Amino acid sequence: MTSSSDALSEGANGNGHAGRYYGQGIPYLPLDTYPGKLIAVEGTDGVGRSVQIQLLREWLEVKGYGVVETGWTRSELMQPTIELAKSSNTLNKLTFVLLYATDFADRLEKEIIPALKAGFVVLSDRYIFTALACAGVRGVDRQWLRNLYGFAIAPHMVFYLNIDVKTLIGRVLESRGMDYWESGMDLKHGDDIYDSFRTYQLRLLKEYASMSDEFHFRTLDARRSVDRIQDELRKQVGAFLEPTQTEKLELKT
Amino acid sequence: MLNNLTQPHEYPGKLFVVEGIDGSGKTTQLALLAKWLSASGHRVFVTEWNSSALVKAATKTGKKKNALTPMTFSLLHATDFADRLLYKIIPPLKAGMIVLADRYAFTAFARDATRGVDRQWVRELYSFAVRPDLSLYFRVPIDVSVDRLMARRVKLKFYEAGMDLGWSANPVESFRMFQGKVLDEYDELVNEFGMEVIDARGSITDQQRLVRSVITQHLNVNTVETTDDELV
Repeated sequence: MTSSSDALSEGANGNGHAGRYYGQGIPYLPLDTYPGKLIAVEGTDGVGRSVQIQLLREWLEVKGYGVVETGWTRSELMQPTIELAKSSNTLNKLTFVLLYATDFADRLEKEIIPALKAGFVVLSDRYIFTALACAGVRGVDRQWLRNLYGFAIAPHMVFYLNIDVKTLIGRVLESRGMDYWESGMDLKHGDDIYDSFRTYQLRLLKEYASMSDEFHFRTLDARRSVDRIQDELRKQVGAFLEPTQTEKLELKT
Repeated sequence: MLNNLTQPHEYPGKLFVVEGIDGSGKTTQLALLAKWLSASGHRVFVTEWNSSALVKAATKTGKKKNALTPMTFSLLHATDFADRLLYKIIPPLKAGMIVLADRYAFTAFARDATRGVDRQWVRELYSFAVRPDLSLYFRVPIDVSVDRLMARRVKLKFYEAGMDLGWSANPVESFRMFQGKVLDEYDELVNEFGMEVIDARGSITDQQRLVRSVITQHLNVNTVETTDDELV
């Protein structure tokens, strides 16, 4: 496969793959030039991705951009199967990875690529990096994983919401509590969900951090207030979407 | 990169697979082979392509709505394969049994490439698979295959006929075009993976005689007699 690191030196922002397939891609769906942009917001469970995406969407639509949202495991084809598999605990690590990849392929072909070709800004609530992190922590061969996702499109921007485990635990417990999969209970670190959550999320955060350079993450400190994170997001997205007009538009608002 | 498919496995059991297009007669041959092996005192387990409970639901929904793209078709079958490999194929191999697989990763290599999925990508996708001890490819001309299926009044299935590719609105015509290309892919795989080619035009009995003689060369007798564990 074409390693994503091959692109390190290409392009002005060091992200020469942006908007193209990472690897061999989908041969029957060649990507010629298209007007849309793909922006991914990544981060672990409970870090606040969805809130940020909602606010960003509002802002973009007010500015006149057509926005399409996509999320992980939301495809029509796979959602029932994934829910079934999760509830029956029959997933082994490989089928786990492959079910998610199937779901992603379905959304990529039916939602993401058509939206990009139609000129939408596609906001992805999680992207392949969550799949890579979850599978990496579970001991799946990392090179195999990268080849598997060689059919994915490298986003134009990847925002990574970074957080420490202590803050994360507080947030998760305040809102909805810890669940089986987010605590990595399938890894059998022990029966205690709190300990398991802590151990699992720590490993997950390390896995995300290890991908930061490889996939050109724009890391944001997720411990700050929602508004401050949003300001930073808008600044970077604005500068990317309309590099020359940013100042003008800011004066108007 | 994983390279299980190109390295011999270390399990005490044996994995034999049959490959070929629809109407090649491979399933008939596999059933006769299983009968013979069981009668000879071997413990045999048979597994079929795309049969795991986990992905059956999704495959069914996808097929019913004709909603599968070549990529999701490929990935769903890989998911099914991973599920069966870990739950159905590896355990009997560890127990020293003979596993007979009706279609294996080569089916994916041939079909997915025909559908326009990247060849190298599919091979790497399946690189976690266990390498078979022997792969039998039942080679049959497209006309013979179509005649057999027509004689059985088989209704050609949407994806098996490659109807999803939109090459022809006529199922038989589509089947000919699609499976014709699948045959070309199989011919490449024969060399790449060292498959044993069986001429599938011959009589059932003649083919089976040949199959049994080829299999015999790959059977170590030590799998026949296994002593029981002590009772506790």
